[in-house]
Amino acid sequence: MANIEIEGSVSHEMGMHTEQLAGRTQQMFFDLDEEGGFGYPDGFDVDYNKRGEVDASNMGPKEVNQRIRELMADGHGTIVLKNPGAKHSLAVGILNRLNLIIEGSLGYFGCGLCDGPNIRISGRVGWSCAENMMAGTLVIEKNAGSTFGAAIRGGDLVCKGSVGSRTGIDMKGGTIIVGGDTGAFSGFMMQRGRMIVCGNAGKNLGDSMYDGTIYIGGEIQDLGVDAVPGELTDLDKAWLTRKLSMYELVPEKGVDHFTKIVAGRQLWNYDNLEPTEKKLIL
Amino acid sequence: MCGIAGLIHRDGAGAIGNEMTSMLQALKHRGPDSTGFAIYGTPEPDEYILRFKVAEQEDLASGFKIHDEIKERRATVDERLKSLGVKVTEQEDATEYAFRYEIKFDGDMKKLADYVEDVEGAEILSIGTALELIKDLGDASVVSGDYDLDEFKGTHGIGHTRMATESDVDIRSAHPYWAYPYNDIAVVHNGQITNYWIMRREMERKGHRFMSSCDSELLAVYTAHNLAEGASLEDSLKSSIKDIDGVFTYLVATGDALGLAKDTMAAKPMVLYESDNLVALASEEVAIRSVIPHEIDTWDPYDEEVRVWRT
Repeated sequence: MANIEIEGSVSHEMGMHTEQLAGRTQQMFFDLDEEGGFGYPDGFDVDYNKRGEVDASNMGPKEVNQRIRELMADGHGTIVLKNPGAKHSLAVGILNRLNLIIEGSLGYFGCGLCDGPNIRISGRVGWSCAENMMAGTLVIEKNAGSTFGAAIRGGDLVCKGSVGSRTGIDMKGGTIIVGGDTGAFSGFMMQRGRMIVCGNAGKNLGDSMYDGTIYIGGEIQDLGVDAVPGELTDLDKAWLTRKLSMYELVPEKGVDHFTKIVAGRQLWNYDNLEPTEKKLIL
Repeated sequence: MCGIAGLIHRDGAGAIGNEMTSMLQALKHRGPDSTGFAIYGTPEPDEYILRFKVAEQEDLASGFKIHDEIKERRATVDERLKSLGVKVTEQEDATEYAFRYEIKFDGDMKKLADYVEDVEGAEILSIGTALELIKDLGDASVVSGDYDLDEFKGTHGIGHTRMATESDVDIRSAHPYWAYPYNDIAVVHNGQITNYWIMRREMERKGHRFMSSCDSELLAVYTAHNLAEGASLEDSLKSSIKDIDGVFTYLVATGDALGLAKDTMAAKPMVLYESDNLVALASEEVAIRSVIPHEIDTWDPYDEEVRVWRT
């Protein structure tokens, strides 16, 4: 099992990567100096100072998403979405730089599959918010439903209130930050990334997690299979403080009381060949 | 996937029929097969409301004779009610096959229910002083229109939009379920119960009847059994989390309360809005927002959470 050598990565030099996932898994880190590494070939060239508005009162999700896309194509880099009315699947699939301000609440699957936008939501979000998010930031002022940040791969996903169950299920990167409590099975089958919960966590926290790190500020009802306490180092504390301060969520008593949860690695089988693969070798 | 919703006015009666219709219509995409309402009006002293049907909607397509048979079945029900000493003070034909009677009766309600349901095709949808249980095929606006629910005033209600997964598309398998033979208790459920047959046989051994093969009916029977044994609504909801296997979120309404229970996996959704004068809960926030359009604070109840609100 060969560890992957990362040379010259700024984020590694800053100590922001504590995962020890190794073996046949491939990792790729962007270089901040690399040109053209952050946009899609068919992306829109937008100006943050050009502001547009979408009133979703009498629009369906498809119309709203198309309108956002039209505004981006027209160079709008800041878009305000008004009256979302807890409708489902709004602001999904945005693969572009964008400041999106949502004045209200979203239903299910809000802001899924996004890569790059900075989104602020003044209300609440329903189930599966930011599913498979790849980059950018998403800040929710109120509560969120279950499967918050399912399978996210990157970016910062922040809920200042409490979230439902199965938060960060199958997450593969990025950071999930919860200002309040989280429900049962949070971090279920987590593979990489970090989750910070300032409040309490429900039962089976980190169940079957493969890697990644979970920080809990409050009580943990119980840990799931292969989730074990880790040592909260000074580097962890510095990172927690830095990350939480970005979103004004640093608890009054600091971060020293946080509990760190990591994978026990009893379920690791990355280097075990599948039967078909064994045949190929033989 | 089904949709469930509940609403309770804590400051007196409201336009519960209209509100529940809006909420369930907003949940139509979660289940278009059938829609049901259990709504609670203002009780009249010594008077019960009996809602029953004598045929399924699909039976009407089975031939010309069914129309005569429906009349015969209803006449038989009328005779049986009369023989039991039931005084019918008002009758309404909600549809050709479903009826609403206002009755006065001080006898054994179980005996009445059994005697009526012994008539071919007859099923009592509900008996109660305040409860009116309406369910039929179609979306909320269709059912509400057919049964004139828009003008209904009441304190609380629960409702259901059904996507049939475990049993047929018919009224018998539609929710809510009345907790036979107890007055004013109804249940709606979203989920699948995996120990249905074990629990059903246990309930049948204790003398309870099942009218359908829908797993959700078990929750109504289970609740009725517990309440008859002297348990409180809270106790029944709590014990169900241990006794019932599977994934479920369900609502129970009684004459003066609305209860919620979520299973141990929290696998089925529920969004809750709570204020001093109104509690609204639904599978999706979009249903709550159909009656409260402005921005509100809502949240998801957690796993194994049990809540009860009273009028």
